[in-house]
Amino acid sequence: MNLDYSKINKLTINEPIKLDCGVTLDKFDIAYETFGELDESKSNAILIFHALSGDQFVTGTNKVTGRSGWWNFVVGPNLPIDTEKYFIICANVIGGCMGSSGPKEINPKTNKPYGLDFPVITIKDMVSAQVHLLDFLGIKKTLCVLGGSMGGMQALQFCSLYPDRTFSAVPIACAASHSAQNIAFNELARQAIMADPNWDSGNYFLSGKIPRNGLAVARMAGHISYLSEQGLQNKFGRKLQEGEGLNFSFDADFQVESYLKYQGYAFVDRFDANSYLYITRAMDYFDLYKINEGDLSKAFINTKVKFCIISFSTDWLYPTEESKKIVIALNSIGAQVSFVNIITNNGHDSFLVEEPEFFQTLKGFLDSTYEDFKNENSR
Amino acid sequence: MKIQDDVLAGLIELNSRVLDVGCGDGNLLLYLKKNKRIDGRGLEINQKNVQECLAKGLAVVEGDAEKDLINYPNRSFDTAILNQAIQQFYEPRKVLNELLRIAEKAIITIPNFGYWKVRLNLLLTGTMPITKTLPYSWYNTPNLHMSSIKDFYNLCNLDNIKVIKSISISSNKIGDITSNNLEIKNLVSELGVFVVSK
Repeated sequence: MNLDYSKINKLTINEPIKLDCGVTLDKFDIAYETFGELDESKSNAILIFHALSGDQFVTGTNKVTGRSGWWNFVVGPNLPIDTEKYFIICANVIGGCMGSSGPKEINPKTNKPYGLDFPVITIKDMVSAQVHLLDFLGIKKTLCVLGGSMGGMQALQFCSLYPDRTFSAVPIACAASHSAQNIAFNELARQAIMADPNWDSGNYFLSGKIPRNGLAVARMAGHISYLSEQGLQNKFGRKLQEGEGLNFSFDADFQVESYLKYQGYAFVDRFDANSYLYITRAMDYFDLYKINEGDLSKAFINTKVKFCIISFSTDWLYPTEESKKIVIALNSIGAQVSFVNIITNNGHDSFLVEEPEFFQTLKGFLDSTYEDFKNENSR
Repeated sequence: MKIQDDVLAGLIELNSRVLDVGCGDGNLLLYLKKNKRIDGRGLEINQKNVQECLAKGLAVVEGDAEKDLINYPNRSFDTAILNQAIQQFYEPRKVLNELLRIAEKAIITIPNFGYWKVRLNLLLTGTMPITKTLPYSWYNTPNLHMSSIKDFYNLCNLDNIKVIKSISISSNKIGDITSNNLEIKNLVSELGVFVVSK
């Protein structure tokens, strides 16, 4: 695949950012895209946070890969997040690999890619970095911050850290901390990458041989966790790849095998292996319970943010129960919280596929919230 | 039902915190938000209804009152509303007491099984009554625990629940229910509205 990084929009923040790990970056880059127009009263800005494998190209054409944006059926004209109505902002997380500061970018001190010299980042660091982007764009308060999976975690973190900078939030298919199972899956992915000899302690940019196999296996493991058992069964069952019988070999006999391989190796072309380590680590470290002495409601005390929590019935990576815990915490402090659990077979990936009930929930919430926010701003 | 909304709105203080349990499509919450400027929340089991509520700008959680009320803190609302829903619970008594833990007072409305048309319907046809407020057949009704106004009164006595106010509604006529007119109100009321506290 030909990747063209030259057209990435980048904002360089010439202000130091102190990271959770203690390291301070003297300056950093945020690669971002915007869609639609900001209205006069600045009431229509929506900040979308991407998930682990996502990027800033939420809709339209991905300028780097030439493919469609990852949420182009959700964000666009007359879609649930309507670009004719709203001003959409999406930034690549720091630690990512689509232009924001991360292990793939050049370390100004060595003039070589950072590799593992890049500091370990957290969800909080990702969010803090993106607030600089809002400042740059002149947006004091967004209409909504939202995202699925790690995007949902960022939305929660944003509301906890900057409650006055958004009117509403939609955390989708997420949790307020990573479970042991979540960490285990991420560790499996990291071990796969690090076991690839090409990885070379993260220095593969020296040899130019990227750890394709390791990253592909990491992605395959992730992919299994994104789908439900029933969804996978319905899609593939025991269907064979070609011909009638088994090949009595270790090639891909079953369709599900070739599907996984395809997903794994397609990912390698567009994603940086070290970035995968950094981002999964950030997710593992995420724990809004612990930093609030076990009481999640403390993360949101006195919040005025309108929350709409959305979960999916067959998501076993971030189960509905985890979303309910967030709802209970918000309810206990009298926050404005709504909650919907979408019944579906599509597992965690439900927010990345056509899911009409999800779309309707999202659209209804955003449109009514927009009216409320406009009223507030005109007062 | 406009008259019923007005009756309920009349029982709600301005700017108070209100939880509507089984809030349906949110029309009552919206009405109270506009007319009483309440800080309202809803709990609703049907997802389509929750979606309608969200589109109206209401804060509504999809959930089952019998399982989820336990998560609401003590006295976190001024008023909890249970509008013609108490008869649909497996354990209505428990739900009633939960509401009085969560809110200072609860407003419960019940379709009155003691209403004369209901009694006559059963007496004459010998089949389960079907009326305006009880439109279902016995085999598809969501109503598990029907009660009369008198039944509800008796439960309040049993559980030391104070009836602050009770109102009868019938054919757009409203009136107060008292211990003196309980028997007659139990006969002539389609709906009973109770303001209770503990």
